[in-house]
Amino acid sequence: MSDTHAQTVAYVRESMTEQREPPLSETGVYKWIHGNMLSTPLNVFLTLVSLWVIWTVLSHVLPWAVFGIWDAASLTECRAIRDELYGADGSVACWAVISERWQQLLFGFYPPEGYWRPVLAFVLFLAAIAPILFSSLPRKLLWLTLAAPFVMFWLIWGGTIWGPICIALGFVLGWAAIHYSGPRIGTLAAVILAIVLPLIYWLVIAGPLAQALSTVLPIGLNPVASREMGGFMLALIIGISGIVLSLPLGIVLALGRQSDLFLINKVSVIFIEVIRGVPLIVWLFTASLLLNYFLPPGTNFDLMLRVIIMVTLFSSAYIAEVVRGGLAALAKGQYEAADALGLDYWKSMRLVVLPQALKISIPGIVNTFIGLFKDTTLVVFIGLLDPIGLSNTIRASTDWNGIYWELFVFIGLCFFIFCFSMGRYSLFLEKTLRREHR
Amino acid sequence: MKNTVLLGALTVAGLAAGAAGAATLDDVKARGTLNCGVSTGLTGFSAPDANGVWQGFDVAVCRAVAAAVLGDPMAVNFVPTTGQTRFTALASGEIDILARNTTWTFSRDVDLKFEFTGVNYYDGQGFMVPKALGVSSAKELDGATVCIQTGTTTELNLADFFRVNNISYEPVPIETNAEAQQQYLASACDVYTTDASGLAATRASFEAPSDHIILPEIISKEPLGPLVRHGDSEWGDVVRWSFNALVAAEEYGVTSANIEELASSPGDNPEINRLLGTEGELGAMLGLDADFAKKAIMANGNYGEIFEKTIGEKTPIGLSRGLNAQWTEGGLMYSPPFR
Repeated sequence: MSDTHAQTVAYVRESMTEQREPPLSETGVYKWIHGNMLSTPLNVFLTLVSLWVIWTVLSHVLPWAVFGIWDAASLTECRAIRDELYGADGSVACWAVISERWQQLLFGFYPPEGYWRPVLAFVLFLAAIAPILFSSLPRKLLWLTLAAPFVMFWLIWGGTIWGPICIALGFVLGWAAIHYSGPRIGTLAAVILAIVLPLIYWLVIAGPLAQALSTVLPIGLNPVASREMGGFMLALIIGISGIVLSLPLGIVLALGRQSDLFLINKVSVIFIEVIRGVPLIVWLFTASLLLNYFLPPGTNFDLMLRVIIMVTLFSSAYIAEVVRGGLAALAKGQYEAADALGLDYWKSMRLVVLPQALKISIPGIVNTFIGLFKDTTLVVFIGLLDPIGLSNTIRASTDWNGIYWELFVFIGLCFFIFCFSMGRYSLFLEKTLRREHR
Repeated sequence: MKNTVLLGALTVAGLAAGAAGAATLDDVKARGTLNCGVSTGLTGFSAPDANGVWQGFDVAVCRAVAAAVLGDPMAVNFVPTTGQTRFTALASGEIDILARNTTWTFSRDVDLKFEFTGVNYYDGQGFMVPKALGVSSAKELDGATVCIQTGTTTELNLADFFRVNNISYEPVPIETNAEAQQQYLASACDVYTTDASGLAATRASFEAPSDHIILPEIISKEPLGPLVRHGDSEWGDVVRWSFNALVAAEEYGVTSANIEELASSPGDNPEINRLLGTEGELGAMLGLDADFAKKAIMANGNYGEIFEKTIGEKTPIGLSRGLNAQWTEGGLMYSPPFR
């Protein structure tokens, strides 16, 4: 008995051995590289080719960008400095064009002493959009969101503060019409009243009222005309207005297309198909050229406004189709459940259908928005100086004639920042709204 | 943003007030600024500088007219126009005058109902080739690849030229001048053809301008000038004679340096006296001040000074006067008498 025991004891471990490192091939970077890059001969080959491609690109681009010249007054001077530093065959960027013209690329011809105004308007926009984007923020901030468009308009275009205030009063009037007369004269009549009353107010009373108020209390900023705006400011104004206005319009169109009411249905379908069936550039030319012939001569119908309207209509047609996809993806049971709860059409849409449909459509909607934002560069063809248009005018000065990549790299980078953050936000939104797998 | 509503309301207000008459001169005076259509950017002719102030040869015409009418050369709203939008902008009244290197042709004058008020630059289509190609005349370009902007008269002129000379070419269509420069430098085409002034500006921007030559042949007539709408001859006269004043000033030796002195009192030369308004009633006939020409000249100097400052031989573009010299020096610049 003891024999067996004695033999075993010799092999019983009395203390734990030290943990050893896992073999090199099974851990960390080495394993990852081995597993992902060098696992088969083909992978080894592909890895080598990729490395070579990356090296070739970076070895050309990085020195070009990093050793770039930031301080020069013209391309010729840039070249002289380069010859001095790196010899005539050295290839380096001439970032001096950016350091001299970056303000123009961002703001166009906006008066320099007023740069703070669009910047403040943009900050205000971010603050105003935050309570919509992030539901964790206090709901009271939504009041800021309501006021923001008017304040932003005032900041960017300047003029008397009473103009935007008087326009805003029109919306208050419309809201009051629905709120107070609704119970007495019925919903439909209240809605009509809420549309007609503000219109009359805007057309007849708002102008003189603003004028009267501004003579009594002249509070205002230096007015800036639309034509003085350009560069990224222009792209952002058109892009943001288009995005903000086209989402509600697109949702209404999508609902209209699903509607059983013949007229509403057909109007929505025709609108969507016509707008979507024609290239954006054609609509922009319509806005800038054809309208000029139809409107009486001397009419000053702001070109930027015309562009914003066209861009909004165009993207709302796309949004409508994206949202329709979301509506179609919803199980019929959801609609029926909403009906069974006794909700009316608007309530069932607002509380049951749209939240789910919009959640499904988020990637598509953001995709459309990013496309819309980049499409704003098309305005270069109708003579508005967006970043691309400005790159042409900058090249037209004798100082910078012949410079290409530096400008395009800068413009591309700026666009990338905006589009990338929109894409990131959409991912965030999808994650927070994901209910199924919680 | 709900800007649309405000602007929409403004628009309706504008419509109500907007029944603009044909009297552009009165409109401009009432507005206090001149709306001037220019190119979105053409080297030497119109481009904004780092401060956003427009500069250039075409821009100078706008400034001279603004100075003559309003007394302030800076009272100009520059409206950038593209090749497609320029004529609509003028026809619709969005701009009062178009100074955008526009070629004076029969159909534009007659069919499009515009009035060219003069020629501020006589241009013509030329060719640029690398020196290494060893070509000294455009007639030796048989079989060459040619970079050419599509949809312009340039393209038609080129086809005509090669057909007349019975030689062949291969077009490389490009969209903009910037693209053309890149394509040409990358040897995607042997030849680049556009207006000679544009060729000179392009060549000046190259790393080694001396490696490229502009061939002697000029294959088209491109008289570029400011234009206004048909049917408002008073305004046309204002623009025409504001520009003529610049040309006449050079002929008579009136410069921005000596104009104050010459205009202070009537001098010996009656032509100069009439031009500067110290004698006669020429300004009043146009509905302007007597010293309208003086103000126009003081805006940027006389024609020769503007040329030197913007596109002349001392600038990087380095154009010689050529056809644009005064008639007294063998050029075509000729102002009818101020009388």
